[in-house]
Amino acid sequence: MDESQRRAYWRRNLRLMIILLSIWFVVSYLFGILLVEQMNRIVINDFPLGFWFAQQGSIMTFVVLIGVYAWRMDKLDDEFEVSERDEGGRRV
Amino acid sequence: MSSIQAWTLFFVILSFGLYLFIAIRSRVADTAGFYVAGQGIPAIANGAAIAADWMSAASFISMAGLIAFLGYDGAIYLMGWTGGYVLLALLLAPYLRKFGKYTVPDFVGDRYSETARFVAVIAAIFVSFTYVAGQMRGVGIVFSRYLQLPITGGVIVGMAVVLVYAVLGGMKGITWTQVAQYSVLIVAYLIPAIAIAQTLTGIPIPQVSFGRILQELDTLQTSLGFDAYSEPFTQRPKIDVFLVTLSLMVGTAGLPHIIVRFYTTKSVRAARYSAFWALLFIALLYTTAPAIGVFSKFNIIDDVNEVARDDMPQWVDNWEAAELVTVNDINGDGLIQFTGDEATNEIVIDRDIIVLATPEIAGLPAPVVGLVAAGGLAAALSTAAGLLLVISSAVAHDGYYRFYHLRLKPDEPEPTEARRLLVGRIAMGGAVIVAGYFGVNPPGFVAQVVAFAFGLAAASFFPIIVLGIFWKRCNAKGAVSGILSGLIFTTAYMVYTIPIYGGNPHIAGISPEGIGAIGMLINFAVTVVVSLLTDPPPAAMQELIEEIRYPGRPRLAPVGGDAAAPPPAAH
Repeated sequence: MDESQRRAYWRRNLRLMIILLSIWFVVSYLFGILLVEQMNRIVINDFPLGFWFAQQGSIMTFVVLIGVYAWRMDKLDDEFEVSERDEGGRRV
Repeated sequence: MSSIQAWTLFFVILSFGLYLFIAIRSRVADTAGFYVAGQGIPAIANGAAIAADWMSAASFISMAGLIAFLGYDGAIYLMGWTGGYVLLALLLAPYLRKFGKYTVPDFVGDRYSETARFVAVIAAIFVSFTYVAGQMRGVGIVFSRYLQLPITGGVIVGMAVVLVYAVLGGMKGITWTQVAQYSVLIVAYLIPAIAIAQTLTGIPIPQVSFGRILQELDTLQTSLGFDAYSEPFTQRPKIDVFLVTLSLMVGTAGLPHIIVRFYTTKSVRAARYSAFWALLFIALLYTTAPAIGVFSKFNIIDDVNEVARDDMPQWVDNWEAAELVTVNDINGDGLIQFTGDEATNEIVIDRDIIVLATPEIAGLPAPVVGLVAAGGLAAALSTAAGLLLVISSAVAHDGYYRFYHLRLKPDEPEPTEARRLLVGRIAMGGAVIVAGYFGVNPPGFVAQVVAFAFGLAAASFFPIIVLGIFWKRCNAKGAVSGILSGLIFTTAYMVYTIPIYGGNPHIAGISPEGIGAIGMLINFAVTVVVSLLTDPPPAAMQELIEEIRYPGRPRLAPVGGDAAAPPPAAH
């Protein structure tokens, strides 16, 4: 990787990170805490929505966020040819 | 011996035998194996090990009960102890793995200065010891409740088992044992939960079905004079719920025994996936716990309210004998009323029994009760072992090797690999004994200190590690001032408000558990300002930071070259 590629890789990484961390903030702090009273007026499948985000939804979203991060970073590593592979070309 | 005791003994012996078998299979012969498992742990196994390491006796035994009594406000623990993994995965894990050393003080010391390394060693030891004492205590309690062994005896049995696999196998032995322990604890947690969900709602998935009971429970609680279960901010004001959640999340991402796990993977990519698997495995328990909370609360009210003293179910008598349930017919009407008003409430139930008593409350057979006891032990032992490794590596690697040998006696010949491994093993043995001592004689402040360990970790490690990776301009003076101001501010507020010390009222509704979030912001601010006012770090340091941002083969030898640095083949 030359200097400009490095900068491009890092910018893409930061952008992905900011998007995912914004979702992280919205589901937990916004839906689960700051707006919980308003969200609780909506009831889905017997759960008041604010309560659901605070005790279920945010945790499930966190798992998905890390999964998306790992998957997107694989793609980014491939694109910039920095992915870690063994002699046989398999990912390690 | 009752059938519950027999089954408990059966599962305990079976699971302990399994742990020892794994320990003998994964002995290590070098320091890389002892501290970072030779960087050979696959992502999914590392994820399971992190999950077992993370979920302590408190998560397994106490959390569902705590939530049952807190209602909505229990979310501080549910979100606080899971959300930190997003921060770990995105901000720390891949970069620390690329950095590729043994401990958290390694990074702090190499990135900043020897002073910073020293502060990090002390903080790592302090945080880990406060934690581990609680784990050993948990082992003792499970033994004493189920097998009528005295707490001291239970602690000694637990210590002996940990001693064998931690001293023999170091990180490698601990990791593979934790994979087994995760399996035991999650099965033990899910079986009763699924059985109760099936009985109460006809849907065997607790996460889906507890909504139904939630509605009934809300109505029931309101009619008995409690706050509705799903009503927010009944225990803590909104600002405090926000700050405690933030402190716990950031603290998670600053705890040395979790961070160090990301050094053990095969690659940067495997570090990212480890975080994913870890949180997935943790989420299995953490999304089940609130369901158990609702089911148990509902079952308890249903079982005991307006029931005559003599018609109480068997579990009430059992736990009353253990003095964890108290029944007192205050108004003398022959029936027991469970209400939200202390003056008229006639039954008091200790929160800690919820998970342990759940199989009994739901009328599940004896083998399930025995399995839950083995699960509680697995949770306590796995967390204890992970913490002990941090302590022994802080003493042996950071203290003996990096500080004593490389700094104070640089002219003496390099200690041999065998000698460094021996020092590691001795430090591990010593740490187990000290932890056992605190398990038998817990200092009175342990319970509170564990909660505060998160705030301290949030206010100390997290900001300077994140800035160290994402901001090249950040320097040693900034980091040391940042850590110190974060720690001093946070400790001062805790001492000011904790009942046994200051006992002063909370300022703006912020509890001592939540103050770490503010301490973290102060640390960030001070680090940035002081860094900008002083000289930038040297060019070689900026090159090191550049290096850890990209996966793949390193371009340069790491700064502060370490003879024990992992060979390039590991990448």
